[in-house]
Amino acid sequence: MYKILQKQVLSDVTKLMVVEAPQIARKAKAGQFVIVITHERGERIPLTIADYDREAGTITMIFQEVGKSTMEMGLLQVGDGFKTIVGPLGHPTEIENFGTVICVGGGVGIAPVYPIARALREAGNQVISIIGARTKELLLWEDKMRAVSDELIVTTDDGSYGRKTLVTVPLKEILEAKPGKIAKIWAIGPAIMMKFVAETTRPFKVPTIVSLNTIMIDGTGMCGGCRVLMDDGAQFVCVDGPEFDGHRVDWNTLLSRLAFYRSEEQAAVTRFRESHKCNLERAVAEGVK
Amino acid sequence: MTELTKKERMKIPRQEMPVQEPEARVENFSEVALGFTLELARREAERCLQCKDPHCTEGCPVEVTIPEFIEAVREGDMAKAVAVMKAKNNLPAICGRVCPQEVQCEQRCILGKKGEPVAIGRLERFVGDFELANNTFAVTKAPSTGKKVAVVGSGPAGLTCAVDLGRMGHDVTIFESLHIPGGVLVYGIPEFRLPKSVIRSEIDTAAKALGIEILSDYVIGRTLTLDELQLEFDAVFLGTGAGLPMFMRIPGINFNGVMSANEFLTRVNLMKGYQFPEYDTPVKVGKRVAVIGAGNVAMDSARCALRLQSLREKANGVERGEVHIVYRRSPAEVPARLEEVHHAKEEGVIFDFLTNPIAIIGDDKGGVRAMRCIRMELGEPDDSGRRRPVPIQGSEFEMDVDQVVFALGTSPNPLVFVNADGLERSRHGTAVADQETGRTTMKGVWAGGDVVTGAATVISAMGAGKRAAADIDRYLSGESEW
Repeated sequence: MYKILQKQVLSDVTKLMVVEAPQIARKAKAGQFVIVITHERGERIPLTIADYDREAGTITMIFQEVGKSTMEMGLLQVGDGFKTIVGPLGHPTEIENFGTVICVGGGVGIAPVYPIARALREAGNQVISIIGARTKELLLWEDKMRAVSDELIVTTDDGSYGRKTLVTVPLKEILEAKPGKIAKIWAIGPAIMMKFVAETTRPFKVPTIVSLNTIMIDGTGMCGGCRVLMDDGAQFVCVDGPEFDGHRVDWNTLLSRLAFYRSEEQAAVTRFRESHKCNLERAVAEGVK
Repeated sequence: MTELTKKERMKIPRQEMPVQEPEARVENFSEVALGFTLELARREAERCLQCKDPHCTEGCPVEVTIPEFIEAVREGDMAKAVAVMKAKNNLPAICGRVCPQEVQCEQRCILGKKGEPVAIGRLERFVGDFELANNTFAVTKAPSTGKKVAVVGSGPAGLTCAVDLGRMGHDVTIFESLHIPGGVLVYGIPEFRLPKSVIRSEIDTAAKALGIEILSDYVIGRTLTLDELQLEFDAVFLGTGAGLPMFMRIPGINFNGVMSANEFLTRVNLMKGYQFPEYDTPVKVGKRVAVIGAGNVAMDSARCALRLQSLREKANGVERGEVHIVYRRSPAEVPARLEEVHHAKEEGVIFDFLTNPIAIIGDDKGGVRAMRCIRMELGEPDDSGRRRPVPIQGSEFEMDVDQVVFALGTSPNPLVFVNADGLERSRHGTAVADQETGRTTMKGVWAGGDVVTGAATVISAMGAGKRAAADIDRYLSGESEW
């Protein structure tokens, strides 16, 4: 069992957990991910490593409750544990002094962008960060991102905080204002956001790295479920990624593959909510007695 | 017991093993072959002629002294049968189920020359199952040698190697990347052919008796690297098995509904997708499924698909549909075991021989609508000695399918080679290792199974694990230099 040492509720649907996993903390680097299983009958789900502490032997994961498994994870408390955490998987981000770089984080994707921005800053880069979310509630780690960025721009779709716009708008403005000055861009967030970031930067020919979170089972190069179509053929996210050149990803295929199990996912969520509601009602009823 | 004459023995027909009937078994994932009763086993054992110079043993990759264990079964001395078996084979309940005996021990059986060979595999399974149920045999560990060995992977190669090394007195740690040990035995081979409980019992019994530590969730190459293992262990055995699945280089392989057999089987077997939503991992099955390839993995995939279709029919009345095996060669070249092909046919799998896919055609939602195929004919023999399939010009046609499962083999897992600079690899990406000893080009590192041979059989991996264990022991005892 991998014990949960800390839990923070970042929003109604966003949770942070610090988990005991010394063998992973020892090796973890920015850009890598783990696969977790919550319980005996659980599925294997990939999650990016948001932070790690080698001395304490812990890793930090941030996740959004989007399906049954993440909802169950969200119910875990300090002292509970995960059945499985395996990693660190995937290639680490290639960190060097590129010059001026932009880090774009969307929603829960801000978490994995953070260690990358930090490492890039430490390597001597000028780091401009753009973080965005649907609404203020879903925005996370603004202070942490500010601490590792030379400049930070915050956006929300609904204007509840920061600029009311999408992350691609300030991104385009910077690229136009500083032609040829931006060496590299990282973007992590929902697939649709990464697609539009890649489309925004394409005309400027600035290398744009995205971190893909596809359907995955083993995560170690065995099942092939995570394959992504690139302009020159298929690659596997778990062993070739998770970072790829965003300009070479076939986004439409990726988006379509992500939706393959949608009906099963929705059925599982409905079933979970119902059983959960029943439990709650039972608990309330018993409490009343 | 009255002794039968040779003639009388030869008159006994080969005993059939009771099985679940095809119509019943496609509706469940329970084991198809139900195993001998003691009576059937003893009757089958009577058939063995106890040759003075038996050839069956030569056909066994782990050299079980076959006539000896069969004689014990005949006498009804099951404890002895188990002891004889376990002297050579640590995992008889597994081997008895998945070994291709028809091309190994049973092929050499003298009875097979004129009639049917002794059902060695069925007897082996009977002995293995008897042991799991009765625990008559104490696996013993030789006095500790104080040497530490790391075994990477807990599939057939790694398990066999680990158990042998444990018995020799070495201190063994197994590193497994998945959350359950067993490798392909758990993620690949379906429950109806090899129940998970059998694997778990075999592993637990051996590990407990020999003090073998199994660390799951450890990916060698990521959580730890080979060079780190070498610092901590006196020897390392790599049995990492198969890796990335191969897809055909044809248009359309990224449509939804196109998947590798590895993915399909892992969802069904390891993650118990057939019990979704009781288990969280979903698995989809089409109404018209094409499995590409005709090896054992293809048969397993096709038979899982049939079962999923029939479960769906039971659950919500959706018509069952069809499952096809699409193979570019002819029936004579089919690499799967005969028994598996027979079972698949009985259950209703449709075989399309001399047929090769050339494109997968999508629908407007990103799914699969059809598969474009071309008819083949057999030409001159190729490198493998099999007649090369050649496309017949103008014979293209469309096959109406909504799911395509590729069962074309795999390339070795790439991760284990991280920080393993001295480890030579072939142009196929497999580890280069001596066939007899399993020694790689990196000092103190052995390898065996699919990581060396590419996709092969469970028993050949077990044989490689066994040979490597013997050589590791020679090396650690100082009997043999590197």
